[in-house]
Order: sequence, then C-alpha cells, then structure tokens
Amino acid sequence: MNMDMSQYLDVFLEECREHLVNLNEKLLELEKNPQDLSSLNEIFRAAHTLKGMSSTMGFNDMAVLTHHMEDVLSYLKEGVIKVEVPIIDILFDCFDRLQMMVGNIQEGKPAVDNTDLIEMLESIKNREKSSPSSETDNKSSTVTPEQKDRELAAKDSMPFEFNQYDLTILKEVQTRGLNAYYISVKVAPDCLMKSVRAFMVFKSLETDGEIIKTYPPAQDLDEGRFQDRFHLVLINKLDEDTIRQRIDNITEVEAEVIRLIDLDSSQEVRPEAQVAKGSAVSRTPQIAAAGDRLPEESFRSNKVKQTVRVDIEKLDNLMNLVGELVINKGRLEQIGLTQQHRGDLNDVIEQMERITSDLQNVVMNVRMVPIEQVFNRFPRMVRDLAKELGKEVDFVIEGKETELDRTVIDEIGDPLVHLLRNAVDHGIEYPEERRQNGKPAAGLVRLVARHEGNNVFIEVSDDGQGLDLDLIRDKVVEKGLTTAQEVNNMTAAQVANFLFRSGFSTADNITDISGRGVGLDVVKNKIESLNGDIVVDTVWGQGTTFKIRLPLTLAIIQALLVKVGDETYAVPLSSVDETTMISRTDIKIVQSQEVVLLRGKVLPLVKARYLLECPEHENNEDVMYVVVVRKGQKQLGIVVDSLIGQQEIVIKSLGRLLTGIPGVAGGTILGDGAVSLILDTGTLV
Amino acid sequence: MKEIQVVAFTLGYQEYGVDILDVQEIIKVLTITRVPRAGRFIEGVINLRGNVIPVFNLHKRFGVSPVEDRGEARIIVFQFEDTRAGIIVDGVSEVIRIGVEAIEGADKVYQNMEAEFIQGVGKVQGRLLLLLNAKKLLGLEL
Repeated sequence: MNMDMSQYLDVFLEECREHLVNLNEKLLELEKNPQDLSSLNEIFRAAHTLKGMSSTMGFNDMAVLTHHMEDVLSYLKEGVIKVEVPIIDILFDCFDRLQMMVGNIQEGKPAVDNTDLIEMLESIKNREKSSPSSETDNKSSTVTPEQKDRELAAKDSMPFEFNQYDLTILKEVQTRGLNAYYISVKVAPDCLMKSVRAFMVFKSLETDGEIIKTYPPAQDLDEGRFQDRFHLVLINKLDEDTIRQRIDNITEVEAEVIRLIDLDSSQEVRPEAQVAKGSAVSRTPQIAAAGDRLPEESFRSNKVKQTVRVDIEKLDNLMNLVGELVINKGRLEQIGLTQQHRGDLNDVIEQMERITSDLQNVVMNVRMVPIEQVFNRFPRMVRDLAKELGKEVDFVIEGKETELDRTVIDEIGDPLVHLLRNAVDHGIEYPEERRQNGKPAAGLVRLVARHEGNNVFIEVSDDGQGLDLDLIRDKVVEKGLTTAQEVNNMTAAQVANFLFRSGFSTADNITDISGRGVGLDVVKNKIESLNGDIVVDTVWGQGTTFKIRLPLTLAIIQALLVKVGDETYAVPLSSVDETTMISRTDIKIVQSQEVVLLRGKVLPLVKARYLLECPEHENNEDVMYVVVVRKGQKQLGIVVDSLIGQQEIVIKSLGRLLTGIPGVAGGTILGDGAVSLILDTGTLV
Repeated sequence: MKEIQVVAFTLGYQEYGVDILDVQEIIKVLTITRVPRAGRFIEGVINLRGNVIPVFNLHKRFGVSPVEDRGEARIIVFQFEDTRAGIIVDGVSEVIRIGVEAIEGADKVYQNMEAEFIQGVGKVQGRLLLLLNAKKLLGLEL
C-alpha cells in the first residue's frame, strides 16, 4: 500500500466490514431461498464493491478472490449455474477468508494465499460452462448494462414508467403551469467520483425545482452505481436552455436529452417505456421495484441522513463531562436549598437542571448502538452449528434495531453465544425425533430484543424438548442444595432457575459445543455484572425461553443513598425491593441468625456496620432502617442507620488498584464533592 | 554529570524521595472516603477533579507513626499510564537534584530485600533520603 492510501485505511476497513456483514446476511438468505434473485444481486454487488475497494487500496489478494467470486456469482445470476448447497458452502468459505483478510490488513499481516478457494471457484465455473442447458430461457438477460444504456439513448425514450402517483403529480404540474422535463445526463467516461457529479446535477436542479424520478434509483446514483449516464424527471418553471446551461456548467457532465414531458403523449410513451422496464426487471428486479415505489422519498432520506464517525474515546470523555455536570448540578441544588433569598437562584437552577437532563439524554442517545452489531454474527453461527450436529434449525431474529449503550453491547455477545449454542445443542431435537413428536422437522430458535421502560429485554427461545425438571430436581437434591420435599413444592420456573447455580450441568453427554463445565452460572454472573438479570422458563416438550433484562445504560443509575455510621453509601435501586423501618425489639434470633418478620415472612437481617467494618459495630438507636434487597432467589435485609433518599448517581471506577473488592461496585461523587461507595449487594454478604 | 530530580517528603521524621517524573501533582489532603475490605494499606479514595483515585497509607506500611498534625500533610499523586494513585505524607519539602554518584544502592544499605521498593539512599548536603520506586510501592510492578 502506498503512503497516500494509508489515510483511507480506516474507512476502507470500516466499509469492508459493512459489506461483509451484508454479504453474510444475504448468503444466509440465499441458502434459505435459492430462488431469491434480490439476495443474489446484493451478494454480487457486495463482492463487486469489495473488489473495487481492495484493488484501489492495493490489496491484491482480496481483489483477486472477489474477482473470482464475482465470476461465479454472475453465472448464478444469469442462471447458467443453479444455486446449490456446495456452491453456497464455497461462498461461505470465501466469506470467512475475506473476513480473515480484513483482520490481517488491520493488524498489518501479510497477504493470504487464496489459490485453494480460487481453484474451487474456477472448477464451478468450468464445470458449468460445459453444460449449456439453461441458455435458452436466459437470452434476454445476457444484455450488459452498457448495451442497455446505449439502446436507451438511441431510442431517446425514458427508462421508466409513470405510476398512478407520478401521473397525478404530472397532471398537477400542468394545471399549475409548471414544466416537467425528461432529462438524460451523460457523464464523461473517465470521470472519477461519478456520484459527486450526480449530486451536483441534482443540487443545481433542485434549487428551484423538484426531481420526482430517477433511473437508476437515487441510492445507486449516490453510491456511483451507474454507467456513464443517468436519467431523471424534473419539475420546474425554467426553460430548456437554462436547464441545459446549468447542467453543462458542471464539469465532465453533459445534458444529452432535455425533453418536455407532454402528459397527453405520455400515454404513447408508456408502452415504449414498458419495454425498457421489462428488460430491466429481468436483471435487477429489486432496483426497479424500489425505484418505482418511492423514488422521491428514497432520494430525500438519503440526503438527509448524514452521519459522522466519531472516536469512541471522545464519546466516553463527553459522557464523563456530562457526569461532572450532573454532579455539580446536584451541588447547586443543595446550595439553593440553604440560601435565604432564592428567587433568582432557583430560576437559574431549574433552568440548568432542565438543560443538564436534556444534555444527558442526548449524550446517552449518541452512545446507543443497535444490537444488530452483536446479532449479525449469530445466523452464521447457528447455521454452522446445526449443520455440524445434523439438526435443522430455523433461526429468527427480531428487534435487532433495538439500541443499547455501547458498554453493554460489548459485553452481551458471549452470554448470548452461550445461550444460542445451548438452544441448538440441547434444546432442539434431531429431525426424526421431532417428526415422531408431531413437530416440524426444523426446530425454531428465536432471538428477540425489545425496549421496555428503562430496560432492554433479550429473549432466546427454542421449541425443543424443554428442560427435564425431574432431572434437575434429582440433581438439586443430590448436590444438597435443598431438600427433596422443598424442591417438589417449587414451581417449574423455580426449579429451572437452579441451572444458574455454579457447577450445575444437566447435559448427559458432553459435546464439543456445550457442557464443558462452563455453565449458565457464568452467563448469569456476566449479566448481573451488567446490572441485569436472567430467568428461564420451560415447558416439557414445547421448549425453553431464557429472558434477559438489561439496563439501558451503565454509566448513570438511580440509587438509594443510606447512612452507615457517619458514612454515606449508595445502593443501586435496581437491587432494592423495598425499605422499611423496624424497632430493635422486632428482631428475633433464629438459629443464631437475626431475622425480622416482614408481612408474615421471615427476613434474614445483616448489619451494614458489621459488613462494612465500621469502627463501631452497634448503634444504640431503637429505630432501625432496613433495605430489603434481592440476592438470587432470596431476600435479605440490610440494616442501616438512616435513609437519605433516592438520587441519580454517576458510576466511577475505583481504578485498577482497587478492583474486585467484594461488596463494592464502584464509587460515585456526591453533591458535596465527597466520594461515596456503591454497594454491590450480590457480593456484599 | 548525570543527575535525577526527586520530590522530597517526610514520613514521621525520615526523609524520602520519589522520581519527579512519576509525580502528577501534590495536593492538600481532601476528604478521604474509607473503602471497607480494601486492605489495611489503603487509606481510602478521594475525588480528584471528578476522578476517583485510591490513596495509600505509608505510615502503616512502613510502621511509622504520623507526626503531630501541623497542617503540612499532603497527598502526592502518581500517574502511571492509565492508573493514578496517591500517598499521604506528613510534609513535602522541596525538589532536589541528586547526582547519580551520590546514590547508594539499596542492597548496600538494606540487608533484607523485603524493601524492594527502595531504590537507594541519596546523600544531599549531609541529609539522607530514602529513594522509593513508586511503581513497585503501589504494586503496579513486581
């Protein structure tokens, strides 16, 4: 790679990844539905773009491989070869290799030898060349785009047909005394960045007019996917010469045809246009369809949605600063409360409060990333796994546009991999077994994400055999986790949740995929470390559902501030069930454990002063406050000296030197500037 | 002549020095929040302009009792890559240049190498400074 290209490397890698994600997705679609021309087209386009990008950047290994892929794909498109499983497998291999190459490029590793794959691709091509079976019905589609462009220009006809919607607009144009032009623009063949020329043409024409239709569709034009000309329908007041002048003013561009569209004669135009469209459809049905539906909107939305890539570190910094602001807002509020004459001051504080919370929302939104990023790699994984195990699995993803904080996104991948592997490996039965049970041979695995309040729920469900609750009950008793009598009284969900205990695996035969001792307890720990929780529900013979709840963000949380001795601690509100006040005489001792009766239920108590190693273990007040927290399935009361109240706090790490202190989840800075520790109720006791 | 610059401070009645390049800043003692279960050499955490950083208690570590509070106690804040930490000292006197030849190796002074965070002893105008390796002291390097 030469020097002046290096500055584009980041962009190149980023775009490669986007195209690869797309490629992967479409390959899976194609595998499911081999007749699906639109996915094939997408695959072809992705390969083509990758080829162009990589050869520009000088990564020849990638360019050569994609070039061969393109060859095979174009045969597939033309129907010379049929889409078959072995071919798709090879394409998947190519995809893996491409992904590896992108990784190598990023790490500065040398080029890769792809002869093996290229030979395979070549052999597909050659094999099919010798069998001229499918030539007859595909003659029409062997016309190249260039040829078609030429045909169009020669006929001077419009490459599109007007639908009812367009006709209405055109009629209205006439009644309002405006003009509708059909314009064909030619771009110099050696022009670089054709999309920019197209954009400049649009910009100059749209200053006092409106473009209602283009061919190719606006999106393709934006991305430069057209030969040396494009066509459009423009509505404005200007005359032909002015328009021509405007277009010709743009370098390397020439207005080839500018013709007034006569509505009366558009009836005559139509059949002609239909012919043109007919041939377009056979090759690129998806493009034509999209272009027909919403030509205007698609162009608009493309223009409006401008994005900027920002270094994640800058966002983290911004978040930190907003955190500071939130803290200082808190201080200001406290000062406001103690002032005598607080009319103006309170106005300012209120104003500031509003701005701060708006700012906080905006910044949090900016950090939100669609969970798609994580989900995208799963279809392939599930497919490979199912193949390996000889199972049939339909994998459905819903809600992949659901957004989560980036920090959560980074962490959630592994637990989901684990759950999905479990679902395919242990959940879904073998096809013959399913048929015997009157189920469709292919099992269904669903991965669903959705927003609910301040939480995101992710569900992994399968329609497999369900969990064997009796087996779990036996294991529970065997491991001495509880008594046989107790376990028999438990609900199905309660029993199933024993799976999250460490060292608990019910897999009878340990396979390569799961059951290697790393159990669901790891999943649960991970999710709890993200301040979320996970539950499982199962129906024997019908399937299992794992339901994960995650907070939208990790940086700012609601917390309950409590006083222990003369120190202030924060307890995340998400782990607090309730708070209550008790009298010293309410405390009973059961088996040397202090408990209290709360609405008829026995609540074990622990003293925060003792847990937190306060210099004085006892306070002698008669009234005590209890924070009731959840710890696993059980409730626990933590005795504190007083409750201060609920507050939004910004979580700060205590740094590398103070990690892993049991019971301490981090620190936060309170309104008075002092640090207060955040308690982790999971590990405190 | 090669020399190093050290920040000289006192703990009890002994003078110590740390390499000035490791020191980010020297601040007055702020409110320190105790961290339960953190180990006895950790005094607690402080809020340094919005960042929570741990503060070590060297008195306990070295077994010296702090001098009577004369309002000269300071926190020396170290910075190593992404980690920051502070130590409480009884007073910071000055920044001293010490020629390399005026530094005696630690092994010559101390027989027991438990004190491996002691780099050496600097001799300046009749004073003896124990030179500490802050990175080893804070357990960031073995």
